[in-house]
Formats: sequence, C-alpha cells, structure tokens
Amino acid sequence: MTETYDAGGPQAGSGPPGAEAVLRTAGVTKRFPGALALDGVDFAAYPGRVHALIGENGAGKSTLIKVLTGVYRADEGLVEYRGEPVEFATPLEAQHAGISTIYQEVNLVPLMSVARNLFLGREPRNRFGLIDFRRMHREAEEALRDLGVRVDVTRALRTLGIGAQQMVALARAVQVDARVVVMDEPTSSLEPREVETLFGVIRMLRDRGIAVVYVSHRLDELYEVCDTVTVLRDGKLVHTGPIAELDRLRLVSLMLGREMGEVRAEGLTKFSGEHETGGEPVLTARGLRVRHTLHDVSLAIRPGEVVGLGGLLGSGRSETAKAVAGALPPDEGEVLVAGASVRTGSTPAAIRAGISLLPEDRKAEGIVPGLSVRENIALAALPGLSRFGLVDEERVDRIVDTFMKRLRIKASGPHQKVGELSGGNQQKVLLARWLAMQPKVLLLDEPTRGIDVGAKAEVQKLIDELAADGLGVLLISSDMEELVEGSDRVVVLKDGAVVAELAGAEVTEDRLLEAIAAHSRAPEEGAPS
Amino acid sequence: MSTQMKSPVLDASLPEEEPLGARRGERLTALAQQHGALVALLLTVLIASVSFEAFPTSDNLGNMAVGSTFLAIVALGMTFVIVTGGIDLSVGSTFALGGVLAAWGSQYGTLVALLLPLAVCGLIGLVNGLLIAKSRLAPFIVTLAAMLLARGILLAVTDEGSTTYLVEERSFLATLGEESLLGVSLLVWITAVLFVLGALALRRSRFGQYVYAVGGNEDAASLMGAPVARTKIAVYTLSGLCAGLAGALNAAYLMSGVTILGVGMELDAIAAVVIGGTLLTGGFGFISGTLAGVLLLQVIKNIINQIGSLDSSYQQVVSGAFLAVVVVAQTWLGRKRRML
Repeated sequence: MTETYDAGGPQAGSGPPGAEAVLRTAGVTKRFPGALALDGVDFAAYPGRVHALIGENGAGKSTLIKVLTGVYRADEGLVEYRGEPVEFATPLEAQHAGISTIYQEVNLVPLMSVARNLFLGREPRNRFGLIDFRRMHREAEEALRDLGVRVDVTRALRTLGIGAQQMVALARAVQVDARVVVMDEPTSSLEPREVETLFGVIRMLRDRGIAVVYVSHRLDELYEVCDTVTVLRDGKLVHTGPIAELDRLRLVSLMLGREMGEVRAEGLTKFSGEHETGGEPVLTARGLRVRHTLHDVSLAIRPGEVVGLGGLLGSGRSETAKAVAGALPPDEGEVLVAGASVRTGSTPAAIRAGISLLPEDRKAEGIVPGLSVRENIALAALPGLSRFGLVDEERVDRIVDTFMKRLRIKASGPHQKVGELSGGNQQKVLLARWLAMQPKVLLLDEPTRGIDVGAKAEVQKLIDELAADGLGVLLISSDMEELVEGSDRVVVLKDGAVVAELAGAEVTEDRLLEAIAAHSRAPEEGAPS
Repeated sequence: MSTQMKSPVLDASLPEEEPLGARRGERLTALAQQHGALVALLLTVLIASVSFEAFPTSDNLGNMAVGSTFLAIVALGMTFVIVTGGIDLSVGSTFALGGVLAAWGSQYGTLVALLLPLAVCGLIGLVNGLLIAKSRLAPFIVTLAAMLLARGILLAVTDEGSTTYLVEERSFLATLGEESLLGVSLLVWITAVLFVLGALALRRSRFGQYVYAVGGNEDAASLMGAPVARTKIAVYTLSGLCAGLAGALNAAYLMSGVTILGVGMELDAIAAVVIGGTLLTGGFGFISGTLAGVLLLQVIKNIINQIGSLDSSYQQVVSGAFLAVVVVAQTWLGRKRRML
C-alpha cells in the first residue's frame, strides 16, 4: 500500500501519467436509515482502463455504482464527469451523458424480442415516425455479431440462455456511445466460454478508450482483465492502485481487513476436508429422467457426507436438485430417503421426508424481502409450530434465536427486514429456514454465489458443521475450488447425464476439469428422442 | 485486438438439444395466443349463421357492428393500460359521464359537445395516471375511487339522474350518430380508424415499446431509461379519453345522455381485452385481439337474443363461462411458453 493514486479532490489529478479521469467522485457520502453506506469515497475511472471495484458485500460497491449512474444521489461530496460536476437525476440522464451500466441480474424485458430490447428508446424510425423493424433487426444482428453472438433477434429475450441475455445487455450498453461502462458482476451467471467472449469485449472497449468499471467477486477475473483496483470496506476506500502490484493474498486481506498471516493460515476456503461418513445412504435417487433435461441421473448420499455436483452451467445440476426436492416432476425415476420411497414431483412430500433445497436464485425462489428475519426463518416450519391453527410464538422465538446464533446471522435483531441484509446473511436466513425443518438431506444450489469472501467462508464452515452433525449434503457450485475442497465425492454431470464420479484422492480440480472436458465430444447417452 | 474479439463465437440462436419440433410447437402456441380470439369469433359467427336465419342479415350484422363500437373504443384504451400491467376501473363511469356532458354541451355547439367530455374524462384519466405513476398507488384503488367520483359528478350534473339532456337535433354530433358512409355507420368508421391508429401506436411507435417494457419488467424498463412514469400517465389519460369519446358517440347514437349507462362496462372491457389474448400481468397483448374479443362478446349476446326462449341474463352466464375458458386456455398456453 505504499503507492496509492490520490483520487481525492477535483484538483488532485495525479492518476496514471497523461490521463485525465473521465469519471471521479470526491468525498462521496451516502446514508441509509441505520447505516452509513459510503463514507467520503474518492474514486476515479480513467479512459482506456479497466478499473476493478471490489469489497465484501455491504462494503458499498453497489451503492457507489448507483451514485455514479444516477440511481441514488450522494448526501455529501461531488461527482465529476468529464471535468464538470454532475448530478444525474435518473439512470436515463447518466446514460445519455455516456455512462452505461450492466447490472448483476439481467435487466431487460423478457417478453420482448431481442431487437426490441436492444433498441428500446432508440428504435430506428421511418419518415412517418413509425419504427422501421427491418432496419432495427438488421442493426441488432450486426451489433450482436460484433460481440461474437449469433442469435435470431426476433425471438423473445426469455427464450435465450442467461449468458446470451447478458450479451444483449452488454450490446445495449456499448451501443449508446458510452464513455464509461459499469459492470456489476457480469460473469456471475456465465459459462467459461461466455466469460471469454465477455473479456474480449471488455478489452475491445478498453482499446476504444472507454473507461470500464468492473465489479466482481472472482479474483481470477480481476487479474485477467483489470488494470487498476479499488478496494472498499465498510463504506470507506481502503486502497487504490495498479492491480499488478497487489498479490491475491494482499488483496483478500485488504477486502476482509484481516491480517495476511491469518488469511494464509486459513486458506481461501473454510472447508476442513474429509468428513466422517458411513452407513446406508440417507438419500438415493435412481434413474431420474426429465424430458430435454435429465437423462438417467442416479446418486446416493450417506449421512455426514458432502457430495458435490459438478458440471457446467446448463449441465443439469440445478435440475437434478429440483427433481430430488420435488420441484421438478421427473418423467421417470425414484427418490428414497433412508430407504423409504418419496413421492416425486411434490415439494411437501419431499419436505416431509426430510429433503430441503436451498435454491440457486435466492431472490426469486427463496427469501421474502419484506418479511422479518424471524418470519422468514419460521415460514416453512410454521405448520409444525402451530397448535389448532395458532402459532406457538414462544417456540418460534426459541428456534429463531437458536439459528441466528448458530449461523451467526448479522442483523439488528429478529425483526429486521431480510431485504435489508447483505447477500451472505440472506443466504444464512434461508439456510436457517430449512434447518428449522430438521432435514435429513440438504441440497445446496450455489450456496455462496454472489456473497463476499468473508461470508462465503462462514457458509462453507457451516456446511462442514452440518455434515459433521450427520446431515447428507448435496453441494452444487460453479466455484471449482469450493466444490473440490468441500466435497467428499463429486458427481460430474454433462448434458443432463452423469459422466463421472470422483472419490477420495481423485477429488482435485485437475481431475474435475478433465472429467468435464473429456466427455465433451462423447456421444450423449439417452439423448432426447 | 480484433482477432481476439472474433474468436469466441457464442451461438445462442438455438440450444443444441432443442429439437426442431419444439420450435414449431412454440410457434403454434404463440399463434394460438395471438389469434385465438379471432378463430373463436369466426367459428361462433359461422355456427350462428348456419343456426339462425336472422343472424347473417345485413341489418343484424350492421346493428351488431354499431352496438360494439362503444365497448370497442373503451376496450382500446383499456388494452394499453393492461399491457402496462395496470387496470382502469373508472371507464364505465367516465363513459356515462362523457355521454351526459356531450348531450349537455351540444346546446353550445359541436365543438363543446365533443371537447367537453374529452377534456373532463381525459383529466380524470390524467389524475389517475399521476396518482398511480407519481404517488405509486395501486391502480385498482385509484381507478376505483375515480369510478365512484365520476359517477358522483354525473349524478350532480343531472340532479341525481332526474334530468336527461337531449342532443340537439341537426347538430354535427347527431349526424355522427346517424349518418353512414358507403353503407357503413360513421361510428363504425371512426372506431375502425381509432383501432388502426391504436395498433400502430402499440406495435410500431416508440411509445408502444415503452408500454410493453413497463408491463414486462418495470424495474428493467426504468434502468434502460424508459420514461416509466410518463408512459403510465399517458396510458391512463388515453383510457380516460377513449371512455369519454365512446360516451360522447353513444350520446350521439341515442340522441341523449343516459345516466344509467356504463355500469359494469369496465368489466366487459377488461373481459374483451383478456379474451383478446392480452395478459393481465402485462407486457404482452394485441389491439387486434381486443377487437376480436369485443366482437365475440357482442356475437354471444346476439345469439342469446336469437334463441329468444333464453332470458337475456343468460348472456352474462355465457360470457362469464367463456371468459373463464379463455383465461384457463391463456394460462395454459402461457405456461407452455414459460411466460408465467
């Protein structure tokens, strides 16, 4: 931290030599009820540079981005764009000025066609003021082809894969003659191949002299595409400088505010490794088939065992978990818990049998943001906590209290709204909800996606503890390191079929990669008829 | 740089494992969703023409056409509102108010007779839109309040409904209601023009794109820079204007402003829009479908009259049952296309 750019104050322009910051903040402060989200942050983005913005959840990254792009207004401090102080009232104003944003979740209209999404508000029109669809479709196709995406632009956006949707969002951002492009975790739902395409686009933007602000939790990516890095912690800027001068360990310790020795000693994941497993499988799934999706998937989990489910996005990992948990009715196949058959295609039956699924998309399928921590935890367990239709409040309090302590949920109290918590804590609330059901099997679909390093480690530690308590755990993760270190065995899926199973010493990142890659050209078993 | 750019090509055009049949199936369901109401209309008309001698006569068809114009214009405005994901319950009352204002205004000349209902009903729509878009109140409640309010104003200007204003004979307004062009009533011509304009506005104008975007995903629309509030204000104002105009034309047709009209008309309009394939959740819908929906309701009504032995109240039973069938079919098709 010896060399830091001084991004403070509009006059202090000592950025990279010969460059003038295109977008800069000086002493920006933003308060929310009960929280100081940004505390005097000085940030600067330079043309032709990719600027990483990192920090744990709740560090203020999203807030800073929203201040930059006109979603929020700063309570104090100054935002400067191209040398002039600005105050954007809406994202539209910022966009018109040349600041485009790609948000974490794809923010497009799923029912509208790709071309309509791409051109919303900027549709080419003929001399009668009517939209010229032919031209719009042609230009949309060209714009996407420039980004390396081939797609029928007349199709509704929702029929595309999530990666392709993200590319449409990116194409939209690039098209509006942007000087600054802000990307908020653009890769969180992309496949490696799509990430490559995205990086190509980012480098192209950089070479065109556009300033890119890049937010991500994935350290590898930062080192691959970013030039400069700014670290936020608890709403304060703790470091700004060239990323090459910062090694990973130092970066993580800056983010966490922990000593480097501590980080090194504990490693980047919190898994302890092997678990005590034994006995008969607590969960057995046999021959699960879902048309177009799963082709004869079988797996077994013993008590105390963490079984990883590996594979690429779209390989059928989430679908397998859903089929087991009754959320996706299989056409064929059976699910047994402790040897007893469970009716498939029914979530209540699965829950009664002791199967709990922590879904991938916690916003859409999990938390109820408007309800309190207490209500969210008790939600699924309520039927069991009621007598004559009335809820036993004392028992609820006891359970909520137990899990808030055990899972170390950081909230002002059981009555805080879940929507106000950080991603990691939301995930813990969800976990508490299912643990309150006293499950025998826990299916975790991307339990650490989108949460910061610190919370990630805590969730990983929890998974370990739960397995140690004798739960069978199915772990789905795109993070190979997490999958390998957390699992006792890894079942590898490809195109909806099991292609490999790694156990014991075979569970390494290399073997996992091999397993995924080796079968990529093999003929599909049980391909759709 | 450019070489690096071009290397990874992401082909998102078709997921590999998706068989071609699935694509064709999706096309068919999309077609069914868009033109289902039209197909049902044609079938119903065909069956009615075969079954009842009096049905396919030019008199009957002409009467049906004129009879559906008022609901059609109201439903036209409603389509825009519903595509944004909203609802407008005030149109029945503003329809009646528009009729009374037009009849009353006709004594001061045609301009007043036409502009007064448009101004007042447009204003009610504008206030609806402002409250919904700016104060973020629920459309259901806001327009319910406007429905009561408009009915109240109506009662106030007609001395609790005891005064009926007559449209001045020989006025231009009266001409609108009576005359025809090429054997087709002027009212039908006006409605047809409005529907063409409406369809162009929804499908081919930038405003229309905003309407779909707001209904499809309001947050995304706002982040993409669509003027969400302005779009909402515009659709409620448009709905108010349509209801007012429909009321004025109805007064021209009846030669008087009848105070008891329009009760429950908002529900007929919503029914017509939904039968026409527009999703109540917003983001998806067609003007042509709405027209087919309106005509379908009208034909059902006519058939019940043709049967004669059936009480006219059965018309509501049949319309209700039909609506239920359509909504079930819609939901099923929507799920099949994974839209809901």
